[in-house]
Parts: sequence; C-alpha cells; structure tokens
Amino acid sequence: MLFGLDPLYLEDAWLAELLITVLKVVVAFALLLVAVMLMIWFERKLVSDMHNRIGPNMAGPWGILQTLADGVKLFFKEDLIPDKSDRFVFKLAPYLSLIPAFLVFAIVPIGGDFVNKAGVVRLFGHDTYLQVADPHIGILFFLAMSSMAVYGIMLAGWSSGSKYPLLGSVRASAQMVSYEAALGLALVAVLLQSESLSTHDIALGQAAAGPELLGVVPLPNWNLLVTGFVPFLVFLIAGTAELNRPPFDLVEAEQELVGGFHTEYSSIRFALFFLAEFMNVITMSAIIVTLFLGGPAGPVPIEGIGWAFGILWFFLKLMLFLFFYVWLRATLPRLRYDQLMDLGWKLLIPISLAWLLFLATRNIANEYDWSAGQIVLAAGIGLGLLIICTSLLMAAISAGDAHEHEEVS
Amino acid sequence: MSDFLRTYLVVAIFGGLGVMLVGVFVMLGAALRPNHPTAERRLTYESGVDATGDMWSQSNIRYYVFALLFVMFDVEAVFIFPWATRLEAYGTFGLVEMAIFIFILVLGLAYAWRKGVLRWI
Repeated sequence: MLFGLDPLYLEDAWLAELLITVLKVVVAFALLLVAVMLMIWFERKLVSDMHNRIGPNMAGPWGILQTLADGVKLFFKEDLIPDKSDRFVFKLAPYLSLIPAFLVFAIVPIGGDFVNKAGVVRLFGHDTYLQVADPHIGILFFLAMSSMAVYGIMLAGWSSGSKYPLLGSVRASAQMVSYEAALGLALVAVLLQSESLSTHDIALGQAAAGPELLGVVPLPNWNLLVTGFVPFLVFLIAGTAELNRPPFDLVEAEQELVGGFHTEYSSIRFALFFLAEFMNVITMSAIIVTLFLGGPAGPVPIEGIGWAFGILWFFLKLMLFLFFYVWLRATLPRLRYDQLMDLGWKLLIPISLAWLLFLATRNIANEYDWSAGQIVLAAGIGLGLLIICTSLLMAAISAGDAHEHEEVS
Repeated sequence: MSDFLRTYLVVAIFGGLGVMLVGVFVMLGAALRPNHPTAERRLTYESGVDATGDMWSQSNIRYYVFALLFVMFDVEAVFIFPWATRLEAYGTFGLVEMAIFIFILVLGLAYAWRKGVLRWI
C-alpha cells in the first residue's frame, strides 16, 4: 500500500495518521454529496415557496428525497452523443466540470476552536485540523480550481458541435474570466490582513480580538468588518458570476440558448453538470464564510466540546449564503450581457483596486505609527491619485461614447 | 516525504475520489440505460429545425478581446498576491511601488475603455 511504504507514515503512529486522513477524506466526500442532494431540494422547495406553489412533496417527508429520485431516473435515461460532436472531449467535459468543484472543499476548515486552540482538534490521540488538507497556497488553489471550471464549460460547449452550446460556452468563458479578475482583487484585501495564503491561517487570524465599536462593544475580527465590507460585496457579486447563478446565468439563458453549454447532454452526463453547479454553490459559500465571516468562529465557544460548536457556527453561516443564492434566483431578473460586462470591468475592478490601495495604506499607517502630518500627506496623495484616475476614466468614457456615436451614424 | 508534499498527497487522493465518483456514475449509467441510437436522435439539436451551416461557426471577436484583457489582470495577480502577504515587511516603499503599479494598470484599463473595447455590441 502506498502509505505503508511511505517512511513518514512508518514513524511512531502511522496507522493513526493514515486512519485520520482516510476518515477526513471519506467524511468530506459524503458530506459534499449529501449537502448537494439537500441543497437541490432546499432550492426547489424555497423557490416554490417564494413563487407561492407547493414544490416537490411526494418523495419522502416534505419531498426531501426528490433529488435522489431524479438522480435514479437519470441513470436509466438513454445517453445521446450527437454525430457532430467531438466524442472524446464530449465525454471528458463532465470530469473537468465536477472535479474542480469537488476539490475546492478540501481546503475549507469546517470546525475547530480557533480562539483557544488555534483550530487544532484531538482525534484518536493525534492533533489535526478539521479540514481535509491545508496547503500553504490554499487561496491560489481555490483560484486555480475556479479557473479549471471554465475548461469544463468551454469544452462541453465546444465539443457538442452545435451552435447554442458553443454560444453558451463562449459567453461563459468571457463572463468567468471577467469576474475572476474582480474575484482575485477582492481576495487581496483578505490577504493583506492574514499575510498568508493558507485558509487555516486566514480563519485563525479572524479569531483574534477584533476592533471595538465606539471603544466599548467588542466586535469579531472578521474580515467582513476589518476590510470594510467593500471586498466582501465585490467577492460576493463576482462569486455569483463565477458560479453562473442567477442573475448572472447568461450561460444557460433558456430563452436565448435552449440550455446553454449542456444542450446536447443527456442522461447521467447531464446530471453531472448539475451536480457540479450545486457543488460549486456550496463550496463557494464555504469559501466566502472562511474568508470573510471567520469560518468556524462564533459567539459562544464552549470549553471542552468547543470544536463541535465551531462546526455548528460554520454550517449556520453556510446556510445563510445558500439561502441568499436561492433568494437571488427568486428575486432578480437576468442581466443583459452588456450590463454584465459593464458591472465587472467598469465597476467592480476599479472599486476593488482603489479599496486595495486604501487598505494597504491603512495597514502601513498602523504598522509604522504614522504621525498626523504623515496621514494628512498620504490622504492628500491618495485623493490626488483618485482624482487623476477618475478624470482619466471619465475622459475615456466620454471619448468612448463619442466614438460609439460616430460608429452608429 | 515532507509535510508539504503530504498535504498535496491528500489533495490528490481527494481528487482521485472525485474522478472515481464521476467514473462510477458514468459506468453505472452505461450499464443501466437503454441504448438504441438512430440517425435522427443523433442529429444536432437546433430547436426542432434541421441544423444549417457548419457546426463550429465563427464567433464574435469581442470574446477574444476580453480574454486578452483577462490575461493582463491575471498576470497582475502574480505581482499583487506575494506583495499582499509581505506588505508589512516592505513598508512605505512597497506601498508606493504598488500605487505606481496600480496607476499604470488603471492607465491600461482607461486605454481599453477609450478604445471602446469594453463596450459590448
């Protein structure tokens, strides 16, 4: 066996280490699959409530087994591969779509007492973290995986050999790369606070004593507050666009593109795309909770079984975001494609760049104890830069508009 | 094997489990489902009418321009991410450097804007 031959696992208690690793992997695997099943049911049920209809109610209590029934049904459906498709890539695309969604969950710390024990949990006499793996470059790993997801969608649309899927996938890749820039820039604000790319360190940093409201009420040290809401909002919007969720679901805009990139897919391969989509919703919510809402941190850490409460807080926060995504779907109409692109390039990116510089200046000022004079000077320079950049952009806008006018007339 | 590599081994195992999941699903489906392909079924779907023209048609050049812009902002991330994790060590020098860098970046964005690249037809 691979582990048996590994010298590190041959040390004092390799068996326990191996068992813990296997346990974590299996638990995370099962957790994700069950969570996806429940999420699909939750979304359908909640949307039907918001639409004032009943929704799934036949399979199991409150229709909770509806997803399972649908899944079983899809196994028995005939799988059609169009003649004009590129067969190899057509079969490869579901893998590329699902596996990145799956892998991101590995870096999410789902529990642990970060206040007193730095997130360390004792399992079978061994210290470990409640996350599958804690690579040093956790955040880059997340970004890499969300880039990989573009391949799955792009190749699925391209290999179908049909016009609607191709259009849908080209839209998807343009949308996803556009918002990935904003996503990355919003992340940098978090990195400025944590000074580490590891998700464990990010959660740990947010467990420290936070700022105090009016010098009296202690607030949690969550990045949501520390980075001043703007990166959180940018991340939330860009994340929703990354997920191709409403109101950014132009990828599968049913009225225009039939089903988007998965029009030609049927049977279980079609189900895999949906599995990937909902898994992405869950992992993206988990990442947002980890980055901005302190991960497993919560108001009442209880001694002894504190780490169990960590898991509880984590899932409560996760539920909040899952609800939010369903709510968005039931509430907002789909954006037009030019509005989508404008929001990403002309609003989110400039705002996150400016906010990034502001946060960096604030951190440096705190670190080096700037005097009042220095702060005023920095504020002056910052204001000057802001005015120059804004007027530059304004000039660009009006020139661009004039250009547009010429073209039209 | 170091602790560093072991972390990635765990990630790889997790990824392997994902590949297995998809593989098992697809194989299980292949074993269970009926398979009676006919020429009509395997036609390209185009809202019920016969598909016309080539399957891989030419698409709008705009999408390609956005990909180029994305490369600009993605390469920038290579510089900003390490800088962000070490800002306190760089101090004021690092701050000024990054301000200049971002200013040049905004200049690029303004240029693209001026050229009407960001305008979607």
